[in-house]
Amino acid sequence: MTNVFTLKQPGAVDDHGLERNPGMAYTPELFNRIRINRSAVERRAATIAKRRSIKKEFQTAWLLKAITCMDLTTLAGDDTPGKVRRLCQKARRPVRRDILDGLGVGDMNITTGAVCVYHNLIPTAVKALEGTDIPVAAVSTGFPAGQIPQPLKIAQIRESVKAGATEIDIVISRAMVLTGDWKAIYEEVKAYREACGEAHLKAILATGELGTLTNVAKASWVCMQAGADFIKTSTGKESVNATLPYSLVMVRAIRDYHQLTGYKVGYKPAGGISKASEAIAYLVLIKEELGNEWLNPHLFRFGASSLLGDIERQLEHRLTGSYSASYRHPMS
Amino acid sequence: MSIKEIFETMDYGPAPESTEEAEKWLAARFNKFNHFINGKWVGPSSGEYFETRSPSRNEVLAQVADGTAKDCDRAVAAAKAAQPGWAALSGHQRARYLYAIARRVQKHSRLFSVLESLENGKPIRESRDIDIPLVARHFYHHAGWAQVRDRELPGFKALGVVGQIIPWNFPLLMAAWKVAPALAMGNTVVLKPAEFTSATAVLLAQICDEVGLPDGVFNLLLGDGKAGKHLVANPDVKKIAFTGSTEVGRILRRATAGTGKKLTLELGGKSPFIVYEDADLDSVVEGLVDAIWFNQGQVCCAGSRMLVQESVADVLHEKIKLRMSKLVIGDSLEKGIDIGAIVDPVQLERITDMVQLGVEEGGELWQPECKFPEEGCFFPPTMLTNVEPSATLAQEEIFGPVLVSMTFRTPAEAVELANNSRYGLASSVWTENINLALDVAPKIKAGSVWINCTNMFDAASGFGGYRESGFGREGGKEGLYEYLKPTWETALSDKPVYQASEPAEPVEPEPGKVTSIDRTAKLYIGGKQARPDQGYSIMSHDAAGLPVGEFPAGSRKDIRDAVEAARKSEGWTATTAHNRAQVLYYIAENLAARQSEFVARLARLSGNTKGKANKEIEACIERIYTYAAMADKYDGDVHATPFRNVTLAMREPLGVIGIVAPEEAGFIGFISTIMPAVAMGNRVVVVPSQRYALLATDFYQVLDTSDLPDGVINIVTGEQQALTAEMANHYDLEGFWYWGSLEGSKLVEHSAAETMKRTWVNYGRYHDWFSQEQGEAEAFLRKAVEIKNIWIPYGE
Repeated sequence: MTNVFTLKQPGAVDDHGLERNPGMAYTPELFNRIRINRSAVERRAATIAKRRSIKKEFQTAWLLKAITCMDLTTLAGDDTPGKVRRLCQKARRPVRRDILDGLGVGDMNITTGAVCVYHNLIPTAVKALEGTDIPVAAVSTGFPAGQIPQPLKIAQIRESVKAGATEIDIVISRAMVLTGDWKAIYEEVKAYREACGEAHLKAILATGELGTLTNVAKASWVCMQAGADFIKTSTGKESVNATLPYSLVMVRAIRDYHQLTGYKVGYKPAGGISKASEAIAYLVLIKEELGNEWLNPHLFRFGASSLLGDIERQLEHRLTGSYSASYRHPMS
Repeated sequence: MSIKEIFETMDYGPAPESTEEAEKWLAARFNKFNHFINGKWVGPSSGEYFETRSPSRNEVLAQVADGTAKDCDRAVAAAKAAQPGWAALSGHQRARYLYAIARRVQKHSRLFSVLESLENGKPIRESRDIDIPLVARHFYHHAGWAQVRDRELPGFKALGVVGQIIPWNFPLLMAAWKVAPALAMGNTVVLKPAEFTSATAVLLAQICDEVGLPDGVFNLLLGDGKAGKHLVANPDVKKIAFTGSTEVGRILRRATAGTGKKLTLELGGKSPFIVYEDADLDSVVEGLVDAIWFNQGQVCCAGSRMLVQESVADVLHEKIKLRMSKLVIGDSLEKGIDIGAIVDPVQLERITDMVQLGVEEGGELWQPECKFPEEGCFFPPTMLTNVEPSATLAQEEIFGPVLVSMTFRTPAEAVELANNSRYGLASSVWTENINLALDVAPKIKAGSVWINCTNMFDAASGFGGYRESGFGREGGKEGLYEYLKPTWETALSDKPVYQASEPAEPVEPEPGKVTSIDRTAKLYIGGKQARPDQGYSIMSHDAAGLPVGEFPAGSRKDIRDAVEAARKSEGWTATTAHNRAQVLYYIAENLAARQSEFVARLARLSGNTKGKANKEIEACIERIYTYAAMADKYDGDVHATPFRNVTLAMREPLGVIGIVAPEEAGFIGFISTIMPAVAMGNRVVVVPSQRYALLATDFYQVLDTSDLPDGVINIVTGEQQALTAEMANHYDLEGFWYWGSLEGSKLVEHSAAETMKRTWVNYGRYHDWFSQEQGEAEAFLRKAVEIKNIWIPYGE
């Protein structure tokens, strides 16, 4: 299943010159024999970050990279336009200007990769981000559980795209994974992709609810075959969200898919990543398993809400040599 | 590079581990390493030192004392003087010392790691995250064994002074593996580290000093092979534990033959790494990184020989190449590297030559493009595909970061290829099918089988080899026996214990006086009565010197045939222990049915009364019962290793064991030596006592009626001495048990150097076969098996 021959056909090119994954026919033989060895995956995950060490100016550059790959997110019942405007301002200026200037990167126009909100807040976010390249991502299809009728899911995507979201984070039906109905997931995601049109589709697997790593790998394949632009671990609402083992399994599927088809699918770990050191570990994992080509916001995103704060403190520490405090950094 | 540039390139950048503390430590010793003898730092008697260098930086680190015979004698004398006191301490008192050592290793872990990486060239990540934590774990675990020795191992005592010779590839870890169990069991130690790597041993000695270990309990003898040689030759050293090359292992086997010195050898390997088509291939690739690109491949149990199912070979090779291209080579103190420096230019040259040879022999070479530091001793990660079993590289250990790969077609062929090696240290099996994994694991000739993992080590699990990878286990309860002797062993007698009449001078038979039908005793080979190849017979005389009957004079070819028959009788090893027990009970039953006949024969040959002979046959029946009983009770363990896995310590029969039964010991000596071996699933070739040979030939009629499969017990009568030599030199025996003279014992051990068969000899001493202690000790079962540790991680 992982032959290096390529099936690549011309696909649509997005704004960044990256060919979007057009998907392919439902081909279960490409994934139905996958078996993932959990213990071996966990061993690799446990050592991957210890095998590399990123210090000083290298660490600074990597943390800035992490910011540009961040979907700054708020997904709460009490989100208001005011809260989202604050978030968008933070997305525009994720780090205090004096820190960036001090580090000599004031002219790099560091922003987050995107802002991620619920449907109702899309107009606010779009307005607040006017004049920037920062896309607005909306969670959709009955996020987080996805337990609503299919037509409503399609309608929700259409509405969100109409409202100005250029990235749609959909959830797959976990029940179909758990009952082994891969074809149904394929059809569902394919329909979402059509509904997205020009907007990019991020398929959330909700890895914490899929039971096994083998299911995570298979779900990754089905979503990619259905035309997902990104595959994403979690909603942030499951009891277990992004982990390095899930990530290893998913990025290895991305690698195999790329080798097979020539298309690069993006990866987004989401939920539970709150420390700068963890962000670095994820970047190392991507660099080691997929390569540098994936280390940019077009192919890699963090879904995070509190990670930025820790990175800001690390950057200030780098500048001043003193450990920072959270109150010294503007909140979102 | 500016932050902006790095933002684009996303390079890792340098992250050197500081060597400041290590340099301070070296400077405080004036960059000079001395022996640590009797609690004091002692310079070499010759005043001579040699250099030790950092292979990745090509810098001199220190001057190392060049140990002499005199230094060695001093160290052994100190250890000898200290031993009775150390052994007299309570287990708890010894435990406190070992616990203190473990604690201090942890407290100074970074200094240990940096010194190790500096001197050996291994990546700091490995010494920091693997070597040193395992060292601490080993001392903790064995502090525990010290605490409970008397309770868990009653009837055993310490050996005395132990000489330990360790290699350069895991300097401190190998020291810990040897020192911790030795001290825990009450021995004192003279440790001789490898000449390339002395630093962490010196720091370990310092720690022993700091925790107040009594003087002379731990002694450090520095130097090269000469110092090791003196240590081996010293008569006060009661045991040698060695890890290193098979070549040196053989020298040690010969040097210690017949001395009564206990010996454990942990030698080379060409360990198979088997990949079945249903394996998680991405995880396989990471397994290989840990198998062959760990410690620059300078690992005795490195998974250096990959066997991959043909159907996935191409895909896997591509994945491996991609992964190899990500491996980073560099200074051993750099935190972000995967592969450090080769220990010495000599070793680098050997690796280079071997790889060259591999290419000449048809291997397809693949090396990633990689950057090396300018100074230092480096070799790139290397894969050779299309290496056929007949290629040198498929058979010989390289001891470098070089993987050779070959393909197989079926699960059975994989096992065959895996076992097509003189070595048998470790193996790794990758499949998601538990049926396959657990089918294959017992079939592989290797001391460790790692299922879907590789290079797993822990203090609670025994590590060691089959075949020419050496013998003995380190770690786990199985490893403790290597540092103990049973108390009954010291009680063995210098004179025969078995009571029988002194045989009278043989009387010539009166010609033409046939009193009964001539009975023809034959050899018993492969379940058949066989005439001896050379067609000679030996007359057996009774105690009065009268002729009783003739038995065959077996020779070289009969031994050959018997070993072949035993080799073929694999079903006995594969059958259930319950079945073996049933056969043994049946043998006892049939022996009882013919008891009077055996009693009469025994009485006549021994000159003992029939009453006494009857007691002996009764004892024989009872002994067979004992081993029938133990067949399904002397089973394995599950070790508590600190991972999510089951570590199965399986007791596996050696295979084919040659046995020379005690000459003097009637029928009980014969039964007592073959039954434990057979009960554990071995097949035996036994040379019975000459005086009592006719009992052995009578016995095959019992065997014939007892459902014993053909070839399990093969009996070759004849001149014991000549037959001993034949068996000692035979390659296809896994074990050899010998009860005879001191010279014979020496011959057996000496010959075993070539074949590395497991030997058990009596050094000319005598058992009391009727006593339970000496006649059916636990050792009879222990020596009949080899422990294989199978690591099975789980979790879906």
